[in-house]
Amino acid sequence: MTTAIQPGTGTPAEDQQVLKVSKEGDTGGKASLIVKIGLTAICIAWLLPVVGLLINSFRSRDAQLNSGWWSIVKNPFDSTVWTLSNYTQVLGENASGTNMGRAFINSFIVTVPATVIPILIAAFAAYAFTFMEWRGRDVMFVIIVALLVVPNQVALVPLLKLYGALGMNNTFAAVWLAHIGFGMPLAVYILRNYMAGLPKAIIESAKIDGASHFTTFWKLIIPMSTPALASFAIFQFLWVWNDLLVALIFLGRGDNTILTVALQGLQGQTGQGRELIPAAGFVAIVVPILVFLSLQRYFIRGMTSGAVKG
Amino acid sequence: MVIKILNALLAIAGGIGGAMILFWILNKLTETIGGKWEDKIKPWAFAGPAILAIGVYLIYPAIVTIQYSFANANATAYVGLKNYTDILTDSSFLQTLFNNLLWIIIVPAACVILGLGVATLADRLAPRGEKLSKTIIFLPMAISMVGAATIWRAIYESQPVGTAQTGLLNAIREWFGRDPVFWYGVEKLHFNSILLMIIFIWTQVGYSMVLLSAAIKSVPDDTIEAGRIDGAGEKRIFFSIILPQVWGTVLTVFITVLIGVMKIFDIVYVTTNGAFNTDVIGRRFYNEMFTNNNSGYAAAIVVLLMIAIIPVLIYQVRHFKAEEANR
Repeated sequence: MTTAIQPGTGTPAEDQQVLKVSKEGDTGGKASLIVKIGLTAICIAWLLPVVGLLINSFRSRDAQLNSGWWSIVKNPFDSTVWTLSNYTQVLGENASGTNMGRAFINSFIVTVPATVIPILIAAFAAYAFTFMEWRGRDVMFVIIVALLVVPNQVALVPLLKLYGALGMNNTFAAVWLAHIGFGMPLAVYILRNYMAGLPKAIIESAKIDGASHFTTFWKLIIPMSTPALASFAIFQFLWVWNDLLVALIFLGRGDNTILTVALQGLQGQTGQGRELIPAAGFVAIVVPILVFLSLQRYFIRGMTSGAVKG
Repeated sequence: MVIKILNALLAIAGGIGGAMILFWILNKLTETIGGKWEDKIKPWAFAGPAILAIGVYLIYPAIVTIQYSFANANATAYVGLKNYTDILTDSSFLQTLFNNLLWIIIVPAACVILGLGVATLADRLAPRGEKLSKTIIFLPMAISMVGAATIWRAIYESQPVGTAQTGLLNAIREWFGRDPVFWYGVEKLHFNSILLMIIFIWTQVGYSMVLLSAAIKSVPDDTIEAGRIDGAGEKRIFFSIILPQVWGTVLTVFITVLIGVMKIFDIVYVTTNGAFNTDVIGRRFYNEMFTNNNSGYAAAIVVLLMIAIIPVLIYQVRHFKAEEANR
């Protein structure tokens, strides 16, 4: 192995799956001034659009229409410019007809079950793929690996017709089930790869002690696999929260609409409600950013274990 | 609203509780059968529900999609290859394919190169600066494409001549006394598509950087030292010693971004909705399906996408098998 980080190795034996920082005596800290300036410039460029959005989200309609967000540099403490009204408006009923407060709750309603439910189903499957011998196992797993890269679009046309026949379009259940199905290959893949790295000896000794597969799974494997469970949970949470296509097709723009769809609908506003777009944008991105910043470690672990989602 | 929340809580409790009971029952059933059959059936009791979910939500619909691609607009009669000949002779669809090709050529390579660059630079900072700069570059990964498109309004927005410009690019133009430009409408040299790609790249470079940085750090120091003793410069060390050793990770990043790019939909849908020659097949599919209500065309487009993804799929499976052999 030439590199330590390769897809398919999210195993507990490797602890380097965190944002790695240089060791003492490494090249770390030897940056020349040019490197420092260059990197600072990149970081500023990276943050600039976000800062622009954030500033605008707190500026009054007049201020937003009459000057760019950078103009606050000239007069940062001019209190006539700053307002919270964009947020109070956009979180309730307003002129634009887009209620981000309701969409925010809908996003949670969609995301939490779609994240939590697949975990247990996938964990059982991952156990069967790792610790049981059965015909068709390897073929089945190769199919799952292949499905990781297949775009979800392949499933949408028939599913929409199926849901239509069952009267399930525009229901939360339709989106939950779709996300459970679409997320399943990734879930089984991450968990199985992790379980394959667990020490076989422990499982063997549990078997000798007379523990059934069911007991071994609950008492040993699940507690030992929590890092991988967390990785998948974060991936799926961000993926479902940020998804536009599935929500647009199966939930639409009615009362059950979620943040991404609502924010997309607001983009076209040029008259009334245009000043609400930055605030709405921030409402839509704040939760994933918080989740991401607080659980970055698990996210990176999932990434380095070769998590792809088609 | 309260009812909806209660529904969601019920779904969580029902989903998890239901799954637990299901697995417990399946397990008990296999145990009562006992003997040789128990070992044969039990794996299916454990893996069955997941396989069922994958079957119902991915494999079965994929097969039906292939079937629809040979049928008419509302899937009532077969039309042979008509959908394929129609879309492949439609010049606007060919243009769409070409746009996708541009995305495929530019975006994955740009993500790898920028990621490598930032990783190499950040590596030289003291730990605190390194961590901060990496977090900043990585952050957009958490943001949805809709969110990213909203954020980039701060840069790309344009207002009519004579009114105050609210997008940074046009404000800079104004500074130099030029008229504002509606950036998403600039079709020359596919400039508008490139602006959209920049938004996408902005969200993905962090991913590339984190993976490549980890790979670079695990390059053994003695190989670099050996190069240094032999008199190799920094550039030579990077290209002849570090890069070959992280090549596997470079490929992984490339393929992952490539998959994301091939099915790109959100960013085009939100910004231009395919106008001004920025259309891509992911959005075109949506359009055929929902605006034109032509499930035959939509299915044929998806089948073409599936065919295009086959090489990636083969790579993925091979890579997995090589990994397994190493285990």
